[in-house]
Amino acid sequence: MGERQTENTLTRRDFIASSSVAVGAAAIIISGSALVSTKESWGLEVQHLSPESMSTLIQMSRDIYPHDRLADRYYAVACKGFDKQDLKDTIEEGIKVLNSLSQSQFGTDYRNIGLESQRTSLLENIQSTPMFQALRGSLVTGIYNQKEVWPLFGYQGASFEHGGYIDRGFNDIDWL
Amino acid sequence: MVKFSKDDSSVVVVIGSGAGGGVVGTDLALKGIKTVILEAGKRHETEDFINDEWDSFSQLAWSDQRMTSGSWRVAKDFAQLPAWIVKSVGGSTTHWAGASLRFQKHEFKAKTTYGNVQGANLLDWPISLKELEPFYAKAEDRMGVTRTNGIKGLPGNNNFKVFEKGAKAIGYKEVHTGQMAINSEERDGRPGCQQVGFCFQGCKFGAKWSTLYAEIPKGEETGKLEVRPESYVLRIEHDKTGKVTAVVYADKDGKTHKQKARVVCLAGNSIESPRILLNSHSSMFPDGLGNSYGHVGRNYMRHMTGSVYGIFDKPVKMWRGTTMAGIIKDEAKHNTKRGFVGGYEMETLSLGLPFMAAFLNPGAWGRSFTTALDSYENMAGMWLVGEDMPQETNRVSLHSTAKDAHGLPVANVHFDDHPNDIAMREHAYKQGSAVYDAVGAVRTIPTPPYPSTHNLGTNRMSEKDRDGVVNKWGRSHEIPNLFISDGSVFTTGGCENPTLTIVALATRQAEYIADQMNKGNI
Repeated sequence: MGERQTENTLTRRDFIASSSVAVGAAAIIISGSALVSTKESWGLEVQHLSPESMSTLIQMSRDIYPHDRLADRYYAVACKGFDKQDLKDTIEEGIKVLNSLSQSQFGTDYRNIGLESQRTSLLENIQSTPMFQALRGSLVTGIYNQKEVWPLFGYQGASFEHGGYIDRGFNDIDWL
Repeated sequence: MVKFSKDDSSVVVVIGSGAGGGVVGTDLALKGIKTVILEAGKRHETEDFINDEWDSFSQLAWSDQRMTSGSWRVAKDFAQLPAWIVKSVGGSTTHWAGASLRFQKHEFKAKTTYGNVQGANLLDWPISLKELEPFYAKAEDRMGVTRTNGIKGLPGNNNFKVFEKGAKAIGYKEVHTGQMAINSEERDGRPGCQQVGFCFQGCKFGAKWSTLYAEIPKGEETGKLEVRPESYVLRIEHDKTGKVTAVVYADKDGKTHKQKARVVCLAGNSIESPRILLNSHSSMFPDGLGNSYGHVGRNYMRHMTGSVYGIFDKPVKMWRGTTMAGIIKDEAKHNTKRGFVGGYEMETLSLGLPFMAAFLNPGAWGRSFTTALDSYENMAGMWLVGEDMPQETNRVSLHSTAKDAHGLPVANVHFDDHPNDIAMREHAYKQGSAVYDAVGAVRTIPTPPYPSTHNLGTNRMSEKDRDGVVNKWGRSHEIPNLFISDGSVFTTGGCENPTLTIVALATRQAEYIADQMNKGNI
């Protein structure tokens, strides 16, 4: 049995994703060895990877686990750990493969493609590569274990220090 | 705290401190018998537990290397994590959800009831429900199981309310907040449940029964029980007569020690227990201890499992409150009209956002995956747990190349689903989805099995020595002073969460060992 979705729940978000230009990492500009997001007011200095590679990783992260409610900075935080000397070759080699695929199909580098569906189709081509798998595996904790992300999904985290939910709505559902 | 000499050959050595080892060790001490529990993990108390899924996992889980093989999906998604069980004093009773169910009568007679199921290695237990009933009663009392002994049920949380309404809408009759070893009110010096929602991460209030704080301290108070944490057992030694004499273990610094023993009770869970027996091979026992008939490690069971998450258009906040206080029992019966033998339980379940991301559909990416997580707040969840078929080829064996820090082969866990397991899972997914559809789910998501929490059967109990590893007391068919005290003795798995049965068997075994020692038979 596969995942099931009823007809009327193909969400508006799915529609937007497949038909319009996403405002992903394209909003990140490169300045020297830094990535800067003027929209979100943050910068990230890279030590080992090229800033273009880091920017590509951030875009890949958003395309792998796309959440429209998450700002780029959460994806940037999730990717920071890849800025390491011993990972540099694997990553930049993987990005080279991705970009050459992108150039041949769309005439531009992956991170410059405006359509999410086109970027996703490229990722599908490389999803069995060790570089993709390493990135995807790391993002599972890199994104979803960021405590700052939890409230954006409604998740409340630790409750012991608040005395549990016995007086804080463990049974407060009101729509059944 | 008492400390026994390593040369004291009059002590009973128990390996492991979970539901089996923690109970048998405590009971022996309460009967005045000198007992040493060797526990591989550290001793973390309730105040050390962490309300954070990954941090808690790092603190409590057995993360020493294990390997996997076979066609089960866990082997692909979690190649070195076949099981989600604990390495800490209290064992998996720190992590367990608390569901405490008795086996049904026919589940002790699986072979007789189900007949010849092709590819299954079914066998009747050498004991009946009737023989175990008094020990179930004792276990329920000591663990404070709700809906027994006049203890009221836990209140239903949001996740339960959705589950209950859906269950009743599709005609299920036996739906309630479960028989849970979680205090619904203060009992045995432990408080009632505060609805913290982190049952799997160790109950910081101690409302959930665990050997860590509900049993072991009572044994220690007698002055007859010593618990040695960070004592990782390497092998069990024996003498020329074939009796076990000592247990060799490594301490936290890797230094080896030898504790002499009059009796050894092995309770390291269904993966480590057979591994220790296999790693204890000698010229007298070339295939490992108690393994003359080759059953050690075989017939590994992990229960048919799966989950269903339902997504609604309004919030559920399933993470709030007791994780598993909700059960539908209607599918637990044996009814072959459904296309399989045995039955399954449906139980409420929730994961926090970090674990939901890791377990919802391991390896998946893209919007079909992330839109489910986008609705995390609106999710309700249930776990499906049913009887799986023992198969000879499903087994824990010694890996041919991978070694642990002490140079011993690690365990390899091989598992293939039996067609009966697959048919049952399909049925359970369909019924679980129907429960949520009945309350207006906009999407239901069947989720594949997590790394095994119910590890069973690798040293199974049998009437005849050629059919298993231990007799009806959990005593090795071959070695008179070697007992096995954990879920690895299960002849078949039943469909119930196994802890209550492990505790009942351990209580019964402790009485037997004490009696045999008094009579001078051991």
